Parts: sequence; C-alpha cells; structure tokens
Amino acid sequence: MAEHGNGDSTAVVKAGEGASNGYAIDNPGLPPHRPRLADVDEKAAKRSERQVAALFIVSIIGTLMFFVGYFAIARMDQFDDYFEGMSALRVQNTLIGVGTALAMLGIGLGIVHWAKTLMPDHEVTEARKPLRTEADRAEAEKIVTDVVEETQIKRRPLLRNTMIAAALLAPLPAVVVFRDLDRTADFGVERMRHSLWDEGVRLVRDPTGTPIRAADLTIGSAMHVIPENLREVSGHGDRLAEKAKAVVLIMRLNPDDLHEPTPGRENWSHEGIIACSKVCTHVGCPVALYERHTHHLLCPCHQSTFDASEEFKVTFGPAGRALPQLPITVDDEGFLIARSDFTEPVGPTYWERGHTDPEGDFPA
Amino acid sequence: MSASNETYTEDQYLEVNKYQPKSSSGKIANYVDTRVGGTGIVREFGRKVFPDHWTFMFGEVALYSFIITVISGAFLTFWFDPSMATTRYSGSYAPLQGLEMSMAYATSLELSFDVRGGLFMRQLHHWGALMFVLAMSVHMIRVFFTGAFRKPRELNWVVGATLLVLGLGAGFTGYSLPDEVLSGNGLRIIDGMLKAIPVVGTYISFFLFGGEFPGNEVIPRLYALHIFVIPALILILIAVHLFLVVTHKHTQYPGPGRTERNVVGYPVGPVYAAKAGGFFFIVMGVLSLLAGTFQINALWNYGPYDPSPVQAGTQPDWYIGWFDGVLRIMPGFIGNIPLEFVIPTPWGGNSIATPVLVPMIPITLLLLGVFVWPWLENWITGDKREHHLLDRPRNAPTRTAFGVAMVVWYLVMWGAASSDLMATHFALSLNDVIYWLRAAFFLGPIIAYLLTKRICLALQRKDREVALHGHEAGVIEVSAEGEFHEKHKLPNEHELWTLVSYEAPAPSGPQPNAKGKITALEKLRARLNRIWFEDRVEPVSREEYLEVMRHHGHGPSALEAAESRQAITAGTGSDSR
Amino acid sequence: MKALSQKRRHPFAFVALLLLGLLLTGGLYAAATTVNQAQASNTPDGFSSEQVEEGERLFVANCASCHGMNAEGSDAGPSLVGVGAASVEFQVGTGRMPMQMQGPQAQQKPPQFNEEQTSQLAAYVASLGAGPGIPDDEWLDVDQGDPARGGELFRINCAMCHNAAGAGGALTEGKYAPSLHGVDEVHIYTAMTTGPQNMPVFNDANIPPEDKRDIIAFLKTYEQQGSPGGFSLGFLGPVSEGLLIWTLGLALLIGSMVWLTSRSS
Repeated sequence: MAEHGNGDSTAVVKAGEGASNGYAIDNPGLPPHRPRLADVDEKAAKRSERQVAALFIVSIIGTLMFFVGYFAIARMDQFDDYFEGMSALRVQNTLIGVGTALAMLGIGLGIVHWAKTLMPDHEVTEARKPLRTEADRAEAEKIVTDVVEETQIKRRPLLRNTMIAAALLAPLPAVVVFRDLDRTADFGVERMRHSLWDEGVRLVRDPTGTPIRAADLTIGSAMHVIPENLREVSGHGDRLAEKAKAVVLIMRLNPDDLHEPTPGRENWSHEGIIACSKVCTHVGCPVALYERHTHHLLCPCHQSTFDASEEFKVTFGPAGRALPQLPITVDDEGFLIARSDFTEPVGPTYWERGHTDPEGDFPA
Repeated sequence: MSASNETYTEDQYLEVNKYQPKSSSGKIANYVDTRVGGTGIVREFGRKVFPDHWTFMFGEVALYSFIITVISGAFLTFWFDPSMATTRYSGSYAPLQGLEMSMAYATSLELSFDVRGGLFMRQLHHWGALMFVLAMSVHMIRVFFTGAFRKPRELNWVVGATLLVLGLGAGFTGYSLPDEVLSGNGLRIIDGMLKAIPVVGTYISFFLFGGEFPGNEVIPRLYALHIFVIPALILILIAVHLFLVVTHKHTQYPGPGRTERNVVGYPVGPVYAAKAGGFFFIVMGVLSLLAGTFQINALWNYGPYDPSPVQAGTQPDWYIGWFDGVLRIMPGFIGNIPLEFVIPTPWGGNSIATPVLVPMIPITLLLLGVFVWPWLENWITGDKREHHLLDRPRNAPTRTAFGVAMVVWYLVMWGAASSDLMATHFALSLNDVIYWLRAAFFLGPIIAYLLTKRICLALQRKDREVALHGHEAGVIEVSAEGEFHEKHKLPNEHELWTLVSYEAPAPSGPQPNAKGKITALEKLRARLNRIWFEDRVEPVSREEYLEVMRHHGHGPSALEAAESRQAITAGTGSDSR
Repeated sequence: MKALSQKRRHPFAFVALLLLGLLLTGGLYAAATTVNQAQASNTPDGFSSEQVEEGERLFVANCASCHGMNAEGSDAGPSLVGVGAASVEFQVGTGRMPMQMQGPQAQQKPPQFNEEQTSQLAAYVASLGAGPGIPDDEWLDVDQGDPARGGELFRINCAMCHNAAGAGGALTEGKYAPSLHGVDEVHIYTAMTTGPQNMPVFNDANIPPEDKRDIIAFLKTYEQQGSPGGFSLGFLGPVSEGLLIWTLGLALLIGSMVWLTSRSS
C-alpha cells in the first residue's frame, strides 16, 4: 500500500512509513476476471433470461392475488357472523400481504438476477478525487475575505455588535411562544399534591362505580377502586387526569398479618382492609398485581415490589418510596369512605415534591 | 471584486439548439435536458463506481424501510383522527363495541377492521418502522467495526447518529398514537421520567401534556411530531447523508487492487442501479410478507386508554427497550437505604429521583459516546490521516473489543426490558433474573472486551500463519524417511495481500507539546494509546516473508511475486476499463 | 434447593394456620361476608352422602399426606376446611393437585382424577365447612355473556397479571400467572371465586356472577376469534415482535443481500 495517508500523518503512527516496503508483498492488483456461465454459454444466458421472465410473471401473479384478496373477500362489517368476519379478515390480510410480497419480490429478484447474470460483471476502478485542491482552497479563501471586506463589518464594530445582540434576542420569542402549551387555569405544581379523595368520599368499584361495604371483601380479596366524586368531573381529559391520581387498590388481609402501623396511621385501616395508591412511585405505572399470600404488590412495568402488610414499603425493584396509603374507614351505612386525601403526592418523584405545602394539608 | 472568471464563446451558447434528437424518447430527453441540465447529472453519476459488499447494504435497507414507512403512513393518515375527543365505539370489533374511547383509538380500530387493506398497511407501517431502526443500528455497527467513520467521514457519522436518534423519536411518537392501554402506560412512564429531571422536569411534563398527565392534548401533539416534524428532519438529514456519501465516495474493504486512492466496484449504470433498485422491491417484499403473515401491535387487545388498568408484559417497541430495561435493573434501595433523597432548602426541599436519573447515565454515555467517538479515537491513536480503505475488524483489536463491549452493555439493558418474559418462559424467578442482569450489566462488557480482544489477536495470528505457511490442505504426506507432514497450500498473491496489508503500530508514548512540555492530558492520552496498541500482532514483513519463502524452498513463482516491485498506481487496476 | 423449598413452605404453613384460625373463631366472617357469596356456593350440599364417603376415601389415600388426615393441614399443605367444592374443582380438575413437588406454585398438568372422582373429592371437602361451591351452568353459558363488558372488567381486574390477551405473566420469586387460553369455563369461574395460589379472591360481592360470566364470554370470544393479522407470536406484544424482526426479518434481508452481492457462477 504505497499510497497511504495524505501527508499530514503525525509521528505518532509509525506504520505505513517506508511505503510498500512495510508490507510483505506489493499490491498485486485486481484478480483476473473469471467469466460467468452466461458469458461463455449462450444457453446459460437464455436460461437466465427465462428465469428473470419467470420472476416477473410471479410478480404479476402476486398482483392478481392482491386483487383476489381485496375484491373477492367481503369487508368485515358485511358478515352477519362475527367470527366468520374475523377469519375472513385474516384470509384477506394474508392474501393482500403475500400478494404484495410476491409482486414486489418478483420484480426485485428478477431485476437483480438480470443484473447478476446478464449485465457486465467487470469490476471497475475509479480514482478518488481529492476533497479539495490547494488552488481551490486559496481561491475560496480569497472570495470569503473579499466578501467580508465588502460588508465592512470589521471596520464598523457598532454594526457588528448591535447585529449580534439582535440575533441573540430574536430567537427568544420562538421559545416563549410555547408557554401556552399548558393553558390550564391552576397552572403550577400545587395541583399535583391533591387528588379527588377527601374526608368522607366513598370508595367505589372501578369501572362500575358501585359503593363497597367492608363485608364485600373477604380475606384475600382485592378490589380496584376510584373515588365516587370522579363521575362529577366533566371532560374526558380532565376526568382521566383526575383518575390518574386517584386510582386505588384495596385489599383485605388478616388483621394479624398487618405490621404495627407507624404513629399517626393507627386508624388508617378498617378490620384488615387497607388502601393504597395504584400509581407506582417509580415512574407511574399502575401497581396492580397483588399476591394474596405473600402480600406482594408487583408493578408489571419495572417489577417494583411493595409489601402490603408493611404499609406498602418497597421490597424489591427500582421504586424509591413506599406507595402512598389512603386512610379509610366506614360511614354510617357501612360503606367504605376515605378519611382524608392522600397525605403525600401520589406517583413518581418530581423536583418540587419536597416543597412545603402552602395550604398546610400535609404534615411536615 | 472577484467573480468567476470563466468565459464561454457565443458558439457554446448556441450549441444548445443545434442538436436534433432522432427518436421520440430522445426528443423528450433533450427537452428536459435543455431545461434542467440533466447531462451533467448523467455524466457525473451514470458510471459512478460503487463498491459491492453485502455489509454495505444496511444503509439502503434503512432508506427503503423509511420510504415504505412514509408511504404506508400516508395511507393511514386518511383514516386516522388524532383526537382525544370521546366516542362510543360501534365498529366491527365485537369485544369493544359500546365502549367509550378516544377518536384516535376508534379510528385506529376502524382502519384495522373496516378498511380493506388497512390492517395490512398498519402492519406494514409498524414492521417497516421496526426494520428502519434495526437497519440503521446494524448499519452503524458495520460502520463502527470497519472504521468507516474515520476522516474524512466524521461529520457524516454524526449525521447518521442523529438519524438514529430521530428514528427512535419517530418510532416512539407513533407507538403512542393509537391511545390504547399499552402505549398509554408507555407515555405514563415517559411522564414519570420527565418529572424526574431536576428543576425543569415537572414543567416539561406539563407543557407536553398540556397540564397534568394525560390531559386532552398529547395525542394531537405527538401526531404533529410524528407525521411532520420528525419525518421532515429525517428527510433533510438523509439528503445530507447521501450528499456526503457521494462527495466522499464509498469506502471499500482492503483487497487486491484496492488502494486509498481508488474505488473498485460496479458502475451505477447499469449494474449498481439495477441491484440497488431491485433491492428496494426486495425490502418491500420482505416487509409485505411479514405484514401479511405476522400480526404486529394487536391494539384491539389493549382496550381504550384508562389510567387504571395495566397488563403483564408491558413493553415498548424493541428500540426503546434499553431505556425500559435499564430502569428495571436499577435498585431503588440498597439494603434499607433509599437512594432517593430530598435536598433540604428554605422552601421545604427538592426531590432527587435517583432511581430514575441514574439509569439515564449509561444511556447518555452510550449516545454521547457514539457522537464523539471519531474524535475520541483519533485523539487516542493520533491518526489524523484520511482513510478510505476499511479495517477488517480483527485488525483493529482494541476498537473491535471496545465496540463489542458496548454492544454487550446495550444488549444487557435491552434484554432487561423482557425480564418478566425471561422469567415465565425459562421458568426462572423474576427476582433472580434481575439479580443476574445487574451482575451482567457490570461484568458483561468487561468479559466481552477481554474475550473479543483475544479472539481478534488470535485471528490475526492465524492470518500470519496462513500468509507464511499456507492453509492446511488436509493431506498427510509421508516422506522417504517415514516422517509425516501435513501438506500446506500457500495462498495466492491476491489472498496474501488481504492478509498482510494492515497496520499495527506500537504505542507512541507521550508527545511533548509546542512548548516542550508533557501535559497531564497528554499523559492520559499516552496511557490510553498504550492500552490501544500494546497488544498487537504485526503484519508479516517483507524480510520475514522472503526469509520463510527461501527457507521452505518454495517455487520461484512465489519469490518472484514477492520480489516484484510493480507499483500499483491509483486508477489502474489490472482490468479497469 | 432444599433451603429454598423450605422457605417457600413457610407462607403455606402460615396460610394453614390462618385458615384454621378462621374456623376456630367461628364462622363469623363467613356468615358476615358471604351474603352474596351464598349465591355462588349454591350447591354446597348438593352432593350425596355416598359421594362424600367415596371422596373421603380418595382424600385419605391421595391427599392426606400433605393436608392431614382430616384436612386440617400440615407443614406441607394448607387446611382445606372451608375452601369449598370450587377449590377442589379448580385444583384437582386442572391437575394442579395432587402436587408433584413443592415449588413456588402448583403446576398445571393432566388431571389425576376423572370427573366423578373429582366431584367426590369436592363433596368431601365441601362437607368440611362452607365455602364457594360449583357454579350453576347458567353462569358458565358464554352465549348469555357480554364480551365487551367482560373485556373491560378483564382489563381492570385480570390483565395486569394474566396479560391483555390472557397469555399469562410473571409474578415475584418464580411465581407466575398462567395463560388463560384453553382453560375450561368452570375453572376460570372457580379460580375467581377461590383465589388459587396467590391470586386474590374475586368473590361475588366484588365481581357478581353475571360479571364473571361476561369475563368468561370475553375470554372465549377472544380465543375463538384468533388473530386477524396473521400469526399471533404468542400474544406477547412488542418483545416477540422485536425478536421476529431481529431473527426472521434480518435473516431474510441478509440472505438477499449476500445473494445480491455474490458473483454469479
């Protein structure tokens, strides 16, 4: 390899010095061209021609197959029997897909086979152009210098400085203009501290909305719960946003299995029924996999595991905090109700989570 | 004032109208040419040479998959309505009839079940998207391991890396559009990750979702990104990428007749154009075959998005998998010590979501590493020369080993995203799978590095062995004295050239700067340079080769070949046209 | 291995004690909480005394080594007092019991007892104490169910463990939620009422029999409709799709690339 580098190689790399002496032999040049069957045997060339034509015919058949799939099979809504419609859809999808595949592969394989067997297969050598020649560079540099000179920008610093200032400021509106991406009335982080749960709000079944008596839960039961006042929230997006903070899982354990509650949480459970936020404290997936004997709650997204019998503390996985527990009790009619809102923001950790609560809802 | 000083004669201007084409197609061609100047393009590209090797085609696959994805995506937009307004589903899919859902989900179902060919197009779009990112990734791996990113192609490498990142963005924004439970939970994870960003994270989440998650806004916004902003950027960068490929001309593998100064391959017309054009149809055919026979993203299974449900096996598409996986292997507690903490401040404290932020470190390192690698490598090696001949991966043992280590690191993170499926399908404990993955996260790359480097060096030694002593012919000879020898077949000069034409420089040691001082940075560079080059297998030298040839008493032809001093000049291969 | 299995025995032993305790403190809970459940355990005494006797014989021969001579439970297996005929129908009918070996959870296998023997065992266990019974055929008739409503309930209550398509999923420490494909209606129903292994109990107060029927109707509709887009890849979602594109998809392309760039002979 006599031709090595373009002259600016540093002393650091030693190989390549001494040009072709560095290698055991000199570059022998391209290997001799070996003719193909089709080059020397007209019969073989004819055979290739027939193969290519056959592939193109396969393509035509593929396109026809597409039409059969598209027109001969009715659309799903024209079937009386649902299951017949479903299997027809599968057949249609297969015919359309395989038909298109044949139509495309026939053309593609045909053209490539043509190129490989019949078009010339001599390898060609072409010289690389230098990316730039020194003469071009010098000329370009002169043009740039002249252009800059003609603008007089160097002689008039006032023009330059004010232009830079203007150019720096001008893009800012393009950032600011996105401010109204969030147009909600209660803009800010405060809303993340509150959910629809409040003192006396009934726990109702998700999605039916029926209230729950303590007796409805046997030991080992688990139930997916939303606040009763969720149905009062109007607007699909708002309702989903509130639901996203308020989803709760309740389960009944043998009261003996529950660990001693931490001070302040003594009356948060009711006869072994405990409630927790379903929103994972890791990145927010619903933690809904409840194992009734181990009392494990597992998040299916990242496998954080929480222990329901120990106030939902983390026992495995990436979550960094226990799931918030919802204080519950029963009302006069025996239905489960919340004692208060969650005493901490639900869901994943965010920067402002530790801020003092201005309304003083949460104990420090 | 300097202006272009080329001048043309009046005759040259009038020549345009002199030529009278004979055939009707000639007339059309001439009409167009005299208006757009096609002659120049044909002259430039008509016989331009492209090297031919199967590993050079992944970039083409990426380009073609992108085109197919754009075409099938355009078809989908005619039916898809990216709206979060609610509707009651009344289409053909029975198990969802009567349920309240967003227009986005309802129209996704409609185009799957009630538009003929719609299901096929949606599956083609999705398989095409998976293939697009896959092809870009493999293309990038090929470019890395062959050293094709070296000068003068560093900037094109960066364009390619940006395309890969944009590809991830295109994929993720599309994955979320149907507004079902699977992708909704995916978005929720993104929301959680955004909120973990210190200082600005919470507000970024508010601005993306137009308030609190999930809100009314996110689907139309993702749609705008998915069908306009990101594809437009991808198109522009593809144009830049291809322009630079033409400017640089393609790299080629080392081999007989190939030099730093030439390109050996097939001319565009007709062979390369036929093969590349035909290959588009092959890629489209393969993707159509997948779309017609394998179901992808059965979104009717997941149900309309609702923050309450979730499903076992919640995973993103493959290319987002490593984000998900690395989140899974990070522990939230070490023993009983929580990693999450609150910085005490006068206003109560700011929270640091360590278990979400720490996993972003390896991801950032890997992505950043990809972008800066060309400069990092040439800083370590000190090699500032242009390279148009590729490295055989074995001939750059340290780069290859480091690359494999990074690939393994990626694979561990990626594989971790399916930890639950590994547990169920191999009857393992989910927890044990995570423990093993945590170990593999740290040990995997190290083992891979050491192993790969040894394999590369061993392959280089084998190359030397073959160059000097030939291939084992599998024939045992008995000499007159009764000695047994295996017959060896010497490689011909063309094969030999491939085996011996590489560099393996020795470590260079620290170099003093202009002031004659060795800086701390230079010492670091020298140390890395030593690691890079110290294990090396030198190529067979000429002296060595001649010595062995004489010693073995090989025929004069081999010696002649070795001693011949025919210089190979650029552009004159033995059978060039 | 031994240490592990001993560890795993613990929770079961614990449960045995728990259930025993339940019985001893009187049927208080049962009485209070099974107002609705009474509907499900509608035939606790629908068995004949011959069945009970025959069942006891089978029990002593096949089950007592773990569950105790009087089904009072032991270190190796929980008490069966009050688990009801539904538990027997599920555990024995799906082959999970008798267990082959201790493990994270009982494995499904071909049933060891025929239908007659299973109902004899069920009769015996039902005679030990009130518990969920075998559901009426009415609640298993999928033609009366509403698959759309069932799907909604399934996604809220079941999909997190069993996967949105019922393909199953992983739980902690080697446990898993099995696939629901091809499971008999009665076994889906009794699994909900009894909460086998670590599955929570979905009693009739939580999911009434009509809703259980809807869920079964959804699963059976899902099973029957197949996968319209082609092969389902195990209904596992993006992971199996990613695996396919990296194996079959890439292999098809590499194959065509190698062919395309190779020289013709």
